[in-house]
Amino acid sequence: MNFLEQYNYWIVIVLMMSGFYIVIAHGNLIKKLIGLSIFQTSVFIMYISMSKVIGGTAPILNEAYEVYSNPLPHVLILTAIVVGVATTALGLALAVRIKEAYGSVEEDVIQEKDLQQEGSQE
Amino acid sequence: MIDHLPILQVIVPLLAAPICLILREAQLVRWFTLIASVLAFVISVLLLQQVQAHGTLIYSLGGWEAPIGIEYRIDQLNAYLLILVTSISSVALLAAGTSLHKELTERKETYFYVAYLLCLAGLLGILTTGDAFNVFVFLEISSLASYTMIAMGRDRRALWASYQYLIMGTIGATFILIGIGMMYIMTGTLNMYDLAERLPEVQQTKTVFTAFAFFMVGVCLKLALFPLHLWLPNAYAYAPSIATVFLAATATKVAIYVLLRFIFSVYGFEFSFSHLPLQEILVALGLMGIFAASIVAIYQNNVKRLFAYSSVAQIGYMILGLGIGSKTGLVATLLHLFNHALMKGAIFLALAGVVYRVGSVNLKAFAGLGKQMPWTMAAIVVGGLSLIGVPLTVGFVSKWYLVLALLESNWWPIAILVLLGSLLAVIYVWRLVEVAYFRPAMQDSAPYKEAPLMILIPTWILVLANIYFGIDTSFTVGLSEQISGSLFGVAK
Repeated sequence: MNFLEQYNYWIVIVLMMSGFYIVIAHGNLIKKLIGLSIFQTSVFIMYISMSKVIGGTAPILNEAYEVYSNPLPHVLILTAIVVGVATTALGLALAVRIKEAYGSVEEDVIQEKDLQQEGSQE
Repeated sequence: MIDHLPILQVIVPLLAAPICLILREAQLVRWFTLIASVLAFVISVLLLQQVQAHGTLIYSLGGWEAPIGIEYRIDQLNAYLLILVTSISSVALLAAGTSLHKELTERKETYFYVAYLLCLAGLLGILTTGDAFNVFVFLEISSLASYTMIAMGRDRRALWASYQYLIMGTIGATFILIGIGMMYIMTGTLNMYDLAERLPEVQQTKTVFTAFAFFMVGVCLKLALFPLHLWLPNAYAYAPSIATVFLAATATKVAIYVLLRFIFSVYGFEFSFSHLPLQEILVALGLMGIFAASIVAIYQNNVKRLFAYSSVAQIGYMILGLGIGSKTGLVATLLHLFNHALMKGAIFLALAGVVYRVGSVNLKAFAGLGKQMPWTMAAIVVGGLSLIGVPLTVGFVSKWYLVLALLESNWWPIAILVLLGSLLAVIYVWRLVEVAYFRPAMQDSAPYKEAPLMILIPTWILVLANIYFGIDTSFTVGLSEQISGSLFGVAK
């Protein structure tokens, strides 16, 4: 069945949308970052899926094999994973600093405090 | 040596960044960063000379020919933007030492310079590379560095602004990654010029359309096109002054370069404007951006934020020029890229001087500054006039070409709207001028001194550039016309 043949791409879409939804819908800064990570991970899976050649083996030269998976997307996605780790780390570091400065990691509390601060400066 | 210029352009700031960490001493790092940036500027000037003399430069990394290896490719468009980014970065760094010393603690200063150089390296990387995935990597290098710089602002709201930018920026970058991945699925290549050759074969597939859509939305998030601009105003308002100068003048321009490169060189004008309603979308969003952001700017009490909203409006003009889809329209966009960087660079540098003396950029704090800080305020006024588009300033040149392009295409109602948009700029600039020149200074405070020379000199370099390029337009207009011609040439 066609639907199940490409099940990995369906997984990509489900993960992508749930990650995206979490980023938008949740007010907690840590949860947002988790959503962002899921969102990014879905793209990693997409890249890995597309490099798979049916019947192909790991791309290491060996006389016993003739068909190899495409190694390029793997390399690309290693880079993207590093970027993702750096982003998450920076985001978490910011969340720590925000917690220190505002005493909260909830979006609505932070915005309320900002409004109060702006109101007192008027 | 000359052969290796394209890679040196990126390597110099990239390697200078970790060396800053070894030097540690803030004073030392300050001059070292300036030297690295000026060196990058010299390289970019040499590159432009080379491009003008010999045509497009192609540099294969590690000797691996494209499409197997990554190639760096410099044509006039790249060289033009390289000069813009490196020159603004060098001028901003002249003022950086003095301004940062006041705004950051010493331990942070070194880290700021490291982030600054990495951001510069990232932006220059985007501008030099001819590889689609490389664009993503450099984009993330520059973005991560800019989140760091913004978070160093004094106000705790800088942290929140940086976090919001991080979330939106990462979503944008991931969209770009999805777009690039889909292009790779369809063509099996990442090299931009190889992509341009292979995309037409698969042009009608849904995947290519989807890839284009993802990519465009991602880039538009990065360049803060209305209504995807939500991260920008707070990020600019609460970042350290020097970071604002640098980011406002360069980061969004580089994102616009990516947009131009993919629309014209990779997908081709035909595909972008004929098969898709991109033209209508760009024109509509550009106009909405001009009006919505200008009107919001009028009601701002934080002056840095006021000019941040004005940046969103100015991006609207650039996108509108692109949306016209004619050579003259593209010239207007390219001119406005350069000119807007000069105006906003001058204005935000002058505001750095205000922050240095007054410690606040609240509109009320500007009362009486016209007399107390005449040179700084004069700089803001010239920058403001340029934003409005008064003759003899650069703003006039780009608006002139924009209106010209609109009239050429017989879109005169939109030309009228553009002029109305300029009137909105008059209102928000006037609000500031009125407070600074006609309202008496607050009684309880001692008069403020003029901004220190180390901030004033770079500010006025940019102000004079505003006037110089407003009068002698041969460099900017000449180059923009050549670039526009070659981009449309590629499209056919």
